[in-house]
Amino acid sequence: MSNPDIYLTMDAVSKNFGRFTALAEVTFQARRGEFICVLGPSGCGKTTLLRVVAGLEKQTRGKVFIEGRDVSSLPVSSRNVGIVFQSYALFPNLTARQNIAYGLKSRSLSRQAIVKRVDELLDLVGLRGMGRKHPAKLSGGQQQRVALARAIAVSPDLLLLDEPLSALDAKVRVMLRGEIRQLQQRLGITTIMVTHDQEEALTMADRILVIDQGRLVQNGTPRQIYDKPATPFVAGFIGAMNFIEDARKIEKGLYDIGETHLSVSGENGTGRLPAGSRVTLAIRPEDVMLKRDPSVSNLLQTRVEAMEYRGSMFRIDLKRQVSEGTSFTITADVPAETVRRLGITPRSTLPIHLPVDRLRVYEAGKGS
Amino acid sequence: MRNMSMPLKTVLGVLLAIVVLVSTGAAAAEELLVYTALEDDEIPGYLELFKKAHPDIEVKIVRDSTGIVTAKLLAEKDNPQADVVWGTAATSLMLCDQAGMVAPYAPKGLEKVRPKMRDANNPPHWVGIKAWMTGLCVNTIECANLKLPTPESLNDLMNPVYRGHLAMPNPASSGTGFLTVSAILQTMGEEKGWAFLDKLHDNIARYTHSGSKPCKLAGAGEVAIGISFAYRGFMQKQKGEPVLTVFPAEGSGWDVEANCLIKKATIKPAAKTFLDWAISEPVMNAYARVYPVTAYATGVPIPDGFPADPEGQLIENDFNWAAKNRTRILAEWTNRYDGKSEAK
Amino acid sequence: MPTTIADTTNLPSQTFWTTLDKELWIKRLLILLVCIWLLVVVVLPLFQLLSKSVADADGRFVGLAHYRTYFSTPSLSSSLFNSLLVSVLTTCISVSLGFLFAYGLTRTTIAGKGFFKAISMMPLFAPTLLNGIALVYLFGRKGLITLGFFGVLPGIEINLYGPVGIIIAEVLFTFPQAVLMLCIALGMTDARLYEAAESLGAGRVRTFFTVTLPSIRYGLISTVFVCFILAFTDFGAPKVVGGNYNILATDIYKQVIGQQNFAMGAVVSVVLLIPTVVAFIIDRIFQRKQVAMIAARSVPLTPRPHVVRDGLYAGYCALIGFLIVGFYLTAVYASLVKVWPYTLDLGFWHYQFSGTGGGGYAAFFNSIRMSLYSAVFGTAITFFAAYLIEKSRQMNSLRQMAYFLSILPLALPGLVIGLAYIFFFNALGWHVGGMFIPNPMNVLYASMGILVISNIVHFFSVSFLTATTALKQLDQEFETVSESMGVPFTKTFARVTVPVCIPAILEIGVYYFVNSMATVSAVIFLYSADIPLASVAVANMDDAGDVAPACAMSVLILLTNLAVRIGFGLLTRRLKARAQAWTGQ
Repeated sequence: MSNPDIYLTMDAVSKNFGRFTALAEVTFQARRGEFICVLGPSGCGKTTLLRVVAGLEKQTRGKVFIEGRDVSSLPVSSRNVGIVFQSYALFPNLTARQNIAYGLKSRSLSRQAIVKRVDELLDLVGLRGMGRKHPAKLSGGQQQRVALARAIAVSPDLLLLDEPLSALDAKVRVMLRGEIRQLQQRLGITTIMVTHDQEEALTMADRILVIDQGRLVQNGTPRQIYDKPATPFVAGFIGAMNFIEDARKIEKGLYDIGETHLSVSGENGTGRLPAGSRVTLAIRPEDVMLKRDPSVSNLLQTRVEAMEYRGSMFRIDLKRQVSEGTSFTITADVPAETVRRLGITPRSTLPIHLPVDRLRVYEAGKGS
Repeated sequence: MRNMSMPLKTVLGVLLAIVVLVSTGAAAAEELLVYTALEDDEIPGYLELFKKAHPDIEVKIVRDSTGIVTAKLLAEKDNPQADVVWGTAATSLMLCDQAGMVAPYAPKGLEKVRPKMRDANNPPHWVGIKAWMTGLCVNTIECANLKLPTPESLNDLMNPVYRGHLAMPNPASSGTGFLTVSAILQTMGEEKGWAFLDKLHDNIARYTHSGSKPCKLAGAGEVAIGISFAYRGFMQKQKGEPVLTVFPAEGSGWDVEANCLIKKATIKPAAKTFLDWAISEPVMNAYARVYPVTAYATGVPIPDGFPADPEGQLIENDFNWAAKNRTRILAEWTNRYDGKSEAK
Repeated sequence: MPTTIADTTNLPSQTFWTTLDKELWIKRLLILLVCIWLLVVVVLPLFQLLSKSVADADGRFVGLAHYRTYFSTPSLSSSLFNSLLVSVLTTCISVSLGFLFAYGLTRTTIAGKGFFKAISMMPLFAPTLLNGIALVYLFGRKGLITLGFFGVLPGIEINLYGPVGIIIAEVLFTFPQAVLMLCIALGMTDARLYEAAESLGAGRVRTFFTVTLPSIRYGLISTVFVCFILAFTDFGAPKVVGGNYNILATDIYKQVIGQQNFAMGAVVSVVLLIPTVVAFIIDRIFQRKQVAMIAARSVPLTPRPHVVRDGLYAGYCALIGFLIVGFYLTAVYASLVKVWPYTLDLGFWHYQFSGTGGGGYAAFFNSIRMSLYSAVFGTAITFFAAYLIEKSRQMNSLRQMAYFLSILPLALPGLVIGLAYIFFFNALGWHVGGMFIPNPMNVLYASMGILVISNIVHFFSVSFLTATTALKQLDQEFETVSESMGVPFTKTFARVTVPVCIPAILEIGVYYFVNSMATVSAVIFLYSADIPLASVAVANMDDAGDVAPACAMSVLILLTNLAVRIGFGLLTRRLKARAQAWTGQ
């Protein structure tokens, strides 16, 4: 490969199971040492993607390159990958040590070298002294660490994690997130993790690939994905998002939502739409501002429909009457302190401000 | 992948082991496979004599009822297993002969054998060793309990008092059964014979596969009277069972128990040795101790309980007729009594 | 995104053999071998059997002529009706008795459930011939009960020889199967349904019909068909107590062994095979539905004490247990009596097997040898086949075919296997399109090999399903994990799969051993003079009227099987205790 920084390249990879298309023309690259999260709802094809990367499934079309070498038809054993499965797949009849040493034994290492390496790995995942236990005697988090140690024992160039945290308690999950990320950075190992948990993806990844129905719909840093979701699907899947349907383009940067016009600065891709096109506007609940100052633009009068207490803040459903019989609802996240200060109660009216740079525009009827 | 060849080795190992297993079935040089319908309790005594005379030959015996031995032989027609047939009904051997399975052989001492007891061809296709005949096994205790008269003839068995107290071998599988039916048809003529069998059928509790079983059933009291053959009754009496052997007044059906050589690609010399021995004097004397009519006179006194003139007890038996009509008789018999019997 | 990939170092033309994993090819080869094995030992012999049924003695094609003869000969075709009648009645009785028994074991709080269950399994370890023989000693003309315990009590006379005897023997034979299957069905009901029914005020009867019956319906239907197949195809018991009542199984034997009519034997076999296969297919459909029901998560039902009900069930289970134990004890007693019923001295006369046919102790030890081989090779082949079919990711269609062929023998009666094997293994070769293909399997004829293979095939399906169930419980990713680490699958098979499945493997081994010891139906056509077998000896001794030695030999088989079962039970328990370290129980 021309760029020595690139470790893995997927080039227009498709995978069909009979008539079902699990992956459609997926293309992306992973830099050396990068942590990539593949995010998507269940059944979207993300696990298939991981299995194709691993060489456990052979793609129907397209190519896979590792360090510029075409490995498209190489089996998993020739790709030098370490895999951690959702179920961990720890061998129940072997101790933690034996599990970790499993892959080492076939690599003509001396006994002492294996013992030493296993000790190192146990230390690395914080399981010193637990080596003699069988998996069933370990907690979920400990099992997960054994699985991780076993996967990295054989010094893989690529670590593949398939929903590694989904079977764990919320607390353990948060803790392990950090640990895995740290470990990955320390070892500098290129990692691809599949998850359906957006929080996990946002906190751990260098880059996120969002997959929907076998298609790669967005590829970007967590901030890009969150702030500038490429499609309404991505917007709705990651975090919460308000959609204002039935908007119409008036001119560049100006949209009609029935009686009121909204200015938008952050158009992407929709800038070239002709005037009069139907679009959907979107804004995240936390970006909805409460402002009474009539001089600012994008100000709307709304009525409080429902309030949901969420501890540090309230999630408030606001109804905006467009005309007789038509209305839309916008949800806003308002800090509890603000709610108290302003004395917001249900059925009260509330003017809101939709910041120009936080509104997103999507072509109507596309990608949701 | 250094261990790649391992699964292959495992599979090959398993296959090899199966082959080894299999080859244990292959015969060694001086092994002889003998099919016989002789009684289980007479065979060991004879074989001891053979072992004494020919310790180097190992004899393997397949023993079953006449019909079954015959069936087995015919089934293996294309790929015969047996080397020799010993002591099996001549009528059955004729069937095998018709199927082209028999190699003619004149054993040593053939000249002593009575003409009636051997095949007329020269060299003969089969050579007899002894005759066995119908005998009624009567359980004296049961007959007394049930107040049944002791039958003296086959005709007596038609008496309705015996209903449900008789057992008889199925002629399709049992040589005894066949010779009994064949004798009835020959002595009474076919029409009267079948009429007699119809009546007899009404009294029969069970038809058995083996010729010895009716006698054993009688011995155990499961039936009062078993139509069987003479030898059985005497043996069971010796064991302490309350069995009296009756020879029917009309005379007994009989057949020759005969030997033949099976035609195979390689006929073992041991097979001929065995056939020579099977009509030799020592074993003929042993036959004579339990069967009064042997292939040639031995001078051994007639066994206890047999009529003084055992040969006189035998009916005129036309083996050729019996062999020729065997299939037809059995079909008719099966049609009349087998399976239909429940519907009566 | 990388649109310039085409100009990267591209090595697509690596050769076939280096790029594709050798392991993959070995697995493919092995799966192919499994298919070939099943083809050779299941499909080809069946085909041979079918072709014999439409050919005359000289091998000429005669179409359905034999079938026409069969159905126009009342003495032959009446057997089909008899067989159906006997098996339907057996099924009704056995499933009813089994249901009550299983209900007692799963839904009441009676004591000694394990003991009762163990007792009810006894008939699984005996040759079915023994069921017939024991009946003779109980209900025959001179039976214990017919004579009222030798005059102590008033005697009861039943018309044993015929349908009555067959049905009693078959009920005994099918009872353990019914209990086993119904225990599973009754044991997996969701307790929440009962709580719901109770909270809605449903009475006992209504709950039974609205909750109990629907929740076990698939298990129940499956039980009905399994019992039907067992009773329909059994040969041992009808042979002993069938009297003149002809049924299909004994007809095959009579046609083949008694009358040398192989073509008709093949026809009767096909007639026997058809209802069996139909029942088998229906059973498979319902089994699948039942499995789907198990998969749903449910709360196990814990029975609550209920004095009257528990008392009744305790009484019932005790009665059934007593009858079963009494039944086999009668057989043991009869085998020790000198001359039944005249000289009741006890001793081991009949255990000497002198002057009787069948081969005596040589046969007994041959049977043990054969059963050991069947257990060892059968378990190895079954488990490995199940492993390849369950745990491979390649060759889906071939694996599906192998799966189907693996459960097909469930529908094959032993007699049919035996007869098909005679035809197939004894054939010197076949003329195919003018070419003569010699039969490489011919060497197996009349050898230990054919006996072992027939046993392996006869008992393949149940073992295969046991192995598959055990393998399904292993994580699907074990193979992938080891693959990703470059560990050959054989190593993972040996180090993980087999050790974890040891209880199931032992179970399969015992199943093969016990059934090979007891079976008579397939091997009776296949044994040879060199290799007499104990179960065949029982049949032959009974045939010759030597009922007491036949009984003695059956008792030896029963005791051997019980000893093996108990021995392996203890071994498994020890292994399980050791495995507790990693099962976490």
